[in-house]
Amino acid sequence: MADQLQRAHPLSGRLVSNAGVTVEPAPEAPRMILRAGKSALPALSKALGVKLPTKPKKSANGNGRIAIWLGPDEWLVIDLQSGDPAADCAAVKVLHSAVDVSHRNTAIIVSGTHSAAVINGGCPLDLSLDAFPAGAATRTVFGKAEIILLRETEDRFRIECWRSFSDYVFGFLEAAAVDTDG
Amino acid sequence: MSGANRLAGAGRLVPARTARFSFDGESLTGLEGDTLASALLANGIHLVGRSFKYHRPRGILSAGPEEPNALVGIKRDSARYTPNVRASVQEIYDGLQAVSQNRWPSLVFDVGALNDLASPFFSAGFYYKTFMWPKAAWKTIYEPNIRSAAGLGVSPSEPDPDSYSARYAHCDVLVVGGGVSGLSAALAAARTGARVILCDEQAQMGGALHFESGTQLDGTDGFSWAGEMARQLSAMDNVRVLNRTTAFGYFAQNMVGLVQRLSDHLAVPAPGRPRERLWQVRAGRVIIATGAIERPMVFVNNDKPGIMLASAARVFLNHYGVAVGRRVGVFTANDSAYAAAVDLKLAGIDIAAIVDARSAPQGPLIDKARVLGIEILTGHTVARTTGRLRVSSMTVAPIAGGSQRAIAVDALLMSSGWTPSVHLFSQSRGKVAWDEASDRFLPGNYAQDCVSVGACNGTDRLETSIAEASAAGAAMAEQSGHKSRGKMPRTKMETSESWGGGMLGAAPGAGVEAKGKAFVDFQNDVTAKDIRLAVREGMHSIEHVKRFTTNGMATDQGKTSNLHGLAIAAEALGREIPKVGLTTFRAPYTPVTFGALVNHSRGELFDTTRRTPMHNWHVGQGAVFEDVGNWKRAWYYPQPGEDMHQAVNRECRTVRESVGLFDATTLGKIEVVGPDAAKFMNLLYTNPWDKLGVGRCRYGIMLREDGFIYDDGVVGRLAEDRFHVTTTTGGAPRVLNHMEDYLQTEFPELKVWLTSTSEQWAVIAVQGPKAREIIAPLVDGIDLSNEAMPHMSVREGRICGVPTRLFRMSFTGECGYEINVPSDYGQAVWEAIWERGEPHGICAYGTETMHVLRAEKGYIIVGQDTDGTVSPLDAGLQWAIGKKKTDFVGMRGLKRADLVAGGRKQLVGLKTTDPKTVLEEGAQIVADPNQSVPMKMIGHVTSSYWSENCGHSIALALVENGFERTGETLHVPMPDTTLAVTVTGAVFIDEEGKRLHG
Amino acid sequence: MLLIHCPYCEEERPEIEFANAGEAHIARPSDMDGLSDQAFEEFFFIRSNPKGLHYERWRHIHGCARFFNALRDTVTDRFVATYKTGEPKPDIAAEGKDQ
Repeated sequence: MADQLQRAHPLSGRLVSNAGVTVEPAPEAPRMILRAGKSALPALSKALGVKLPTKPKKSANGNGRIAIWLGPDEWLVIDLQSGDPAADCAAVKVLHSAVDVSHRNTAIIVSGTHSAAVINGGCPLDLSLDAFPAGAATRTVFGKAEIILLRETEDRFRIECWRSFSDYVFGFLEAAAVDTDG
Repeated sequence: MSGANRLAGAGRLVPARTARFSFDGESLTGLEGDTLASALLANGIHLVGRSFKYHRPRGILSAGPEEPNALVGIKRDSARYTPNVRASVQEIYDGLQAVSQNRWPSLVFDVGALNDLASPFFSAGFYYKTFMWPKAAWKTIYEPNIRSAAGLGVSPSEPDPDSYSARYAHCDVLVVGGGVSGLSAALAAARTGARVILCDEQAQMGGALHFESGTQLDGTDGFSWAGEMARQLSAMDNVRVLNRTTAFGYFAQNMVGLVQRLSDHLAVPAPGRPRERLWQVRAGRVIIATGAIERPMVFVNNDKPGIMLASAARVFLNHYGVAVGRRVGVFTANDSAYAAAVDLKLAGIDIAAIVDARSAPQGPLIDKARVLGIEILTGHTVARTTGRLRVSSMTVAPIAGGSQRAIAVDALLMSSGWTPSVHLFSQSRGKVAWDEASDRFLPGNYAQDCVSVGACNGTDRLETSIAEASAAGAAMAEQSGHKSRGKMPRTKMETSESWGGGMLGAAPGAGVEAKGKAFVDFQNDVTAKDIRLAVREGMHSIEHVKRFTTNGMATDQGKTSNLHGLAIAAEALGREIPKVGLTTFRAPYTPVTFGALVNHSRGELFDTTRRTPMHNWHVGQGAVFEDVGNWKRAWYYPQPGEDMHQAVNRECRTVRESVGLFDATTLGKIEVVGPDAAKFMNLLYTNPWDKLGVGRCRYGIMLREDGFIYDDGVVGRLAEDRFHVTTTTGGAPRVLNHMEDYLQTEFPELKVWLTSTSEQWAVIAVQGPKAREIIAPLVDGIDLSNEAMPHMSVREGRICGVPTRLFRMSFTGECGYEINVPSDYGQAVWEAIWERGEPHGICAYGTETMHVLRAEKGYIIVGQDTDGTVSPLDAGLQWAIGKKKTDFVGMRGLKRADLVAGGRKQLVGLKTTDPKTVLEEGAQIVADPNQSVPMKMIGHVTSSYWSENCGHSIALALVENGFERTGETLHVPMPDTTLAVTVTGAVFIDEEGKRLHG
Repeated sequence: MLLIHCPYCEEERPEIEFANAGEAHIARPSDMDGLSDQAFEEFFFIRSNPKGLHYERWRHIHGCARFFNALRDTVTDRFVATYKTGEPKPDIAAEGKDQ
């Protein structure tokens, strides 16, 4: 059979690099939506190598993975080292649902001193460091699209969105990235 | 030279820094920092526009955003033209082009001014009364003519080439207004460490300190102090200072809309930079420090160019160094106008007289005017003015009666007092209260977390304003969790600006008997007489008076006119002002551009445009796209020389004869996972799911609780505890919402979870007799034979080396597959199949062909053949209802009396008598074409196409008792003819379904 | 734009993250099959539509995606309380007082 096909990244080749802000597609990464009740969390955390956060707006890192609290029984797990988090979960016999969304989501990295201001061009959340510190993450809106926003560091954000919305989200960021003073 | 009326040594602008601009083509010189108003006045130009209704010559009334008269067009180039710009707000820049409005052929000679002579015909309510009859003339004669005469300014016809930005912002304390109160409040709040935003609409902070010559703060003049405070605030990390920024709207829960003007003052805006920025500020607390607006006097001919507010003349003198006249009269009922007279006198301007409607005004300002030798006529009024294009005299008269005399003037300043700017407070749903002592409306009950300070709160004394504002700033910061640190520095102050007096309504002599026009609302040309007429005609509520006269309804929202209008109405009604009531202030405070409101959401960013992973391939094949929700879907693929029908006919034929490729990615997909997955599916779909084997598929129908079809789609069982559910393209979000709703709120005990996988999978439908042959060599690990993988089954394996969920299913009636592959591989797999299919004559087909092929098989499209009132029984889908089930959503609804009664509209096929005639979708159906009109309509056409494969047109229709009518002839009345149709079954091709299993 | 306190996210979030989902505390009858026409009518069609305090459902659809309940004043738009699905109604008389 044919060799493994090349993936076609929906934002391939896009880049915005302005004074104070860079907007670029994030590399491909395996992802899953994990659903589970409280009692299953210790076993799943152990299997994944990252402690699943149980508080709103929190994320956790471990084992090259990011786990983002999306709801009381819902997490987005991103594997930055091309592992297979769903398979790791399948190995534990606790009640859960793991669904691969590696191709459903795509991600955009916004970095630089003005990144919060640029994201606030379309996102209504308070992104001050008190209200949204490094490690904070949540599902929210950006313009007319739904996103998952993760603040990796003070000046670096990861925006996850569905594949077909990525052109819009990137375009909106590109427009907002023009306006970095003030 | 920047104008003959620029006084040496006066004002704060730098004489050497000139800027060239033009007004109606005339080239003029101003100074950097000038507004258009100050620059025109410096050049001796008072006449700047014609009024809205009477085309009367009008000048500059104010030096601020309240300006009702001096509205001009500002043009950078043919696309960058903004009408109705207030000359008192627009800053000039080198190369600015301004044009006057509402005049033809010229400002000085205007044909429309005939309206002024004909004014007896144009009183309030004129339009309502005059154009009543004949009715037909309204559309053909009255409306077109009124429309062409109405309106101020002309819109640009080209698209706006500028960009506009937007920003959400949060702060502990938002301070609106950068006068002495706003600055004091902002400083007090900022010093606690609270996050503060301070905005002011002007280019520089200072507010009234722009003109107050008598105020010293911390040992310096007021305006310099304001600049220093603004600098201090800007330097603080927790403070954002926004100049040229108007707080235009106060919305729920302290959301305040600001518009910041970024480039309208620049000679050469940086290319690509936004022109304006919309701020949506969510503030913990809001401090309103919006000041007060001076009112004009209402007297006959109070609208001539050269007549302006006294404070405006002070701004022009003290800030811009411009004398508004050489011999200036003053008409007042308030002390502040004396300060204007004194400032002008000290600058060497002749003050003709101060006419004061009060009988015995007293105070230091009046004494000062006397000392300077200015003639003061107390107990007098200005009966009228003269002058054609600029005021030339004022006729003064003792109020008690006696002889009148005309005094020559070239400018006339007026003040009837100050109106606190309660607009934002009122927009916040706060209730204003009438203050008897000072005859004005002040903030009463607050509805949100805000406070008013300074002049807008009726606090008149400077000392009190500073104390009140500082205390409010500290308190608001403390309420948001920021304690004052140490002792606040106190502002040392000294001021001679202390005013009293004021009046409301028409000035003495401008009462009922007065002849001539005494304007209340300059922008809408409403006179005192109009308001009295409205009361005589029965308008007793101020809301009715406002609408009948249009007082306060222009873009200035009556900033200078509302109170006078109210007082005149109250007097005519014989009631007290608070009993008559105040109209509500609404956003925006001043006009806001559509550009700012729309900001990024235009063009490509107007809405999300969703494209499938194979989109670029479709583009490359010349596909025509149609919008389905936010998706772009390939509609059909015309080959050179083909029109739509030819392309669709070819695609339809090819699928049934050979094979076709269709992009079905946009279908919604939901993964239902958990031990109770089948239980959940049983509750949400009409079908039984327990016995569906792993690896098998079923067509599912979802109902609402009322028994009507909500959505449909094929569902595959991947494991005992895992279903792959598909939904319609448009239904994807609402179906997931509907399922989540039941799961979270009605069946929370079920152990099952839902995850959208709509975009995880690209879906390639391969349909036609050669489908299996084409994909087989590409597939690994799946036995595609009929025995191993029959119609309606699903397998997981690999295609072209990548994972796939391979469905054997069909929406065409042919043997077919829907190949799900991870989205990023969609186009590569599609291309591999295409390459394999080319020798077999494969075609790509679009949504139009998909529609035709499914209609040939009688497959419904939810939302086209159903409309939210169609049950599965009506659609002939009773086979999909689990008969033994004890509950599912919609089961009880299906038993409702109306749903089981006879006479339901049922889905049938229709054939036209002439096979070439294609019915119109939506066309009504009748049984007897000869009955009298209105006919009884018994149904309508839901789908209709030319079927190349059948060789005749086909249609689906919802018809009353349709199932019993097979073979009957019905009729479809059209505008020019009536078409006869025969009722058939809904399946036109391969009724036994043999082709599916090929 | 309103701020709505999400009982699951434990903070106020902007209105555009939420979707209204109609009146609250209308339980789906357990015995749907045996439901009389009148009982079905009351369950499915009849809503209180009050002027004033209203129990309603919201979904934090672009946040934690949870449905929850709210007590909102339909005149002022003010949210008096929000609470998780399954929790008892707050007492209107008690909640209304601090307005």
